[in-house]
Amino acid sequence: MNDALLIHRLHFAFTATFHYLFPQLTMGLALLIVILKTIALRRNDPAYSEAARFWAKIFGINFVLGVVTGIPMEFQFGTNWAVFSRFAGGVIGQTLAMEGMFAFFLESAFLGLFLFGEKRLSPKAHWWSAVAVFVGSWLSGYFIIATDAFMQHPVGYFTAADGSLQLSSFWNFVLNPWAGWQYAHNMSGAAITGAFVMTAVGAFYLLSGKYIPHARIFVKTGVIVGCLFSIVQIFPTGDRQGKMVTDLQPPTLAAMEGLFRGQESAPLVIVGQPDEQRGKIDNPLAVPGMLSMLTYRRWSAHVRGLDAFPKEDWPGNIPLLYFSYHIMVGLGTAFIAIMVVSAFLLWRGKLYHARWMLWILMLAAPFPYIANTAGWLTAELGRQPWLVYGLMRTENGYSKLVSAGNGMFTLLGFMGMYTVLGILGLFLIWREIEHGPMSEAMSNLHPIAEAK
Amino acid sequence: MAGLWFWIVAVMVTAYVVLDGFDLGAGAIYLFAAKTNDERRRVLRAIGPVWDGNEVWLLAAGGTLYFAFPLLYASSFSGFYLPLTMVLWLLILRGIGIEFRAHIDDPVWRSFFDVVFSVSSILLAVFFGAALGNVVRGVPLDATGYFFEPLWTNFKLGPRTGILDWYTMLIGVVALVTLSAHGAYYIALKTDEDLGRRARGFALICWPLQFFLTFTTLVATYFIRPEIMDNYGRHKIGVLVPVVVVASLAVMLWANPKGKEKMAFLASCLYIVGMLVGAAFALYPVLLPARDDHYSLTIHNAAAGIHGLNVGLVWWTFAALLALAYFTFVYRKFSGKVQGGEGHY
Repeated sequence: MNDALLIHRLHFAFTATFHYLFPQLTMGLALLIVILKTIALRRNDPAYSEAARFWAKIFGINFVLGVVTGIPMEFQFGTNWAVFSRFAGGVIGQTLAMEGMFAFFLESAFLGLFLFGEKRLSPKAHWWSAVAVFVGSWLSGYFIIATDAFMQHPVGYFTAADGSLQLSSFWNFVLNPWAGWQYAHNMSGAAITGAFVMTAVGAFYLLSGKYIPHARIFVKTGVIVGCLFSIVQIFPTGDRQGKMVTDLQPPTLAAMEGLFRGQESAPLVIVGQPDEQRGKIDNPLAVPGMLSMLTYRRWSAHVRGLDAFPKEDWPGNIPLLYFSYHIMVGLGTAFIAIMVVSAFLLWRGKLYHARWMLWILMLAAPFPYIANTAGWLTAELGRQPWLVYGLMRTENGYSKLVSAGNGMFTLLGFMGMYTVLGILGLFLIWREIEHGPMSEAMSNLHPIAEAK
Repeated sequence: MAGLWFWIVAVMVTAYVVLDGFDLGAGAIYLFAAKTNDERRRVLRAIGPVWDGNEVWLLAAGGTLYFAFPLLYASSFSGFYLPLTMVLWLLILRGIGIEFRAHIDDPVWRSFFDVVFSVSSILLAVFFGAALGNVVRGVPLDATGYFFEPLWTNFKLGPRTGILDWYTMLIGVVALVTLSAHGAYYIALKTDEDLGRRARGFALICWPLQFFLTFTTLVATYFIRPEIMDNYGRHKIGVLVPVVVVASLAVMLWANPKGKEKMAFLASCLYIVGMLVGAAFALYPVLLPARDDHYSLTIHNAAAGIHGLNVGLVWWTFAALLALAYFTFVYRKFSGKVQGGEGHY
């Protein structure tokens, strides 16, 4: 791996990973805020309105960070991956342009009204502005997933005379079967992040004995939504995603599962460290036959291992891929456990007083971020060594005239800037949590203005 | 079909400059025109609900450029790697400058974000101008269809140009003056009292500079690239461009002192449209001229496949109509002069 290639890969990986910390909360909270506002409108309950308004403030800070870190993504295909852009731009440019035209215009137009227009609009019109922001953010998610789906499983294209890819069927491309399940899986992941964050803030207030009525709304809404999506995350969406990898990217499946040698009744490794040199898992804890069952729905089915594929088609970083996948699945399983127990306690009317469970819910907030990040690492490391699966290798796609030194310069610049952004964002969100949902009058949307 | 997409991208870029241009211009004059905290908050309130939507035009134009002309997108974005990345950093700073200032009621906090917002806006105006200058001047493309420009070489126009030379810096200054005036007209339109008066005065000072620079630029551009006049000679409709530019300058000069803020602002919009459409008209069908003419990227060698362009036209038209509807709705909702007192920013 030469230096420039490594720098360009790190450049995209770093900026994309950091960026996605924000949209996952944006998309999750957008759904939750629509739920809160719907209940507020139907029951005419001011506590739900205040809850929605509190989360809108956190949403606003988070949204700004998502926007400013998102703009570089749209441009990085060209700046750092020019050869790839020239090769595939005629196809994936479509969905990226559609994201701007359909999603961002909608989202940005109604965001201002949603955040600052409550006094200018009727309650119903304000509800619609929240719905518009929700639809915009979830649409945006689809166009990005459809773009990624083309890189994972290219469809709807033909190869033109100059070697570039061009669109042959718009609907096949936009309705890529890969995109459907990946979208469901990803959006469910975003909803989990939103639900866990909302629950954690509610649990924090309950544990500290503050803002009890709002805290109960946060915990109740968060746990119900979190429980639902934690289950959807594994079944059916995660299961179907796994099936697609089995069918369409078999070397990736083998690497994810750490299956170096193909076998019948293949075991599912729960924990253990892959040893690439010797081709085995150290300290394995495995369920016999389970991998065969999950992939081919038969305990005795033969699952192809890495040995079935030429080494140059193996994903480049097998240990990182293996751990990303296992961290994602492990956390996803833990989320179900946490949320099912919490939902049970909520149903029995005991959750608000079960301090041990509230502690767990409060401390769980960072983990959906880790799980979502690990999930994307699994998808994108699993795609390697391909940039467009089966059509272009990653090593051939970067901007050949942008040297490692120039790439390093901008990578370090982004790292510095994003460190500051991350600290600022945490600081401002923490302040909002400290202010709490009651810190202002109904008529006033911002705590600062009050002090003037 | 590729010709149509040339004009669609040109219109989108123009929409971006007209719309985000007043945000940037407001930022550029912000420290000078708005003195007190209340005035600064009113400037931010005038652009706060719209700047993000305005910026989407840049993203949407970038995306549209990507699918309609993949080679142009790949070549120009990687060739302008350094300045483009800096533009991205500046856009980040501008965004948080506007949005984070109001979160903490403290003079030190506010002063910090005031400077972040204003300096990033000024630099963005200069960078966008220099970028346009680069496109008009031409870049060192070779047979591979790629190039890489350093930030500067010797500031002269030679075969080894940098991003910055005397010509592109001149266009950078033109952009800064034009957008500062544009922002001043917008602030004059959206605010009143001292702030509105100061903005009008600022625009008045900008006018002679703008007038002088318009003609200097024209001469300089003709000097470095005489072929820009070819299209004007071939198509008589091109005569509209100088008419629009001169007329809009005249309207600005007339309307501003009379307090016809809306007319002055619209004239400034029209001036920007005239200048940018004039540049696009001169370039057509070239998208990115090379220093050596053989290697120029044109609508013929950089466009995507015809099926993609046809399909794109269907959804693009639909989406553009929707976007137009949103913008009309939002600008109506936030129309009128902004007031001090309670509220965000």
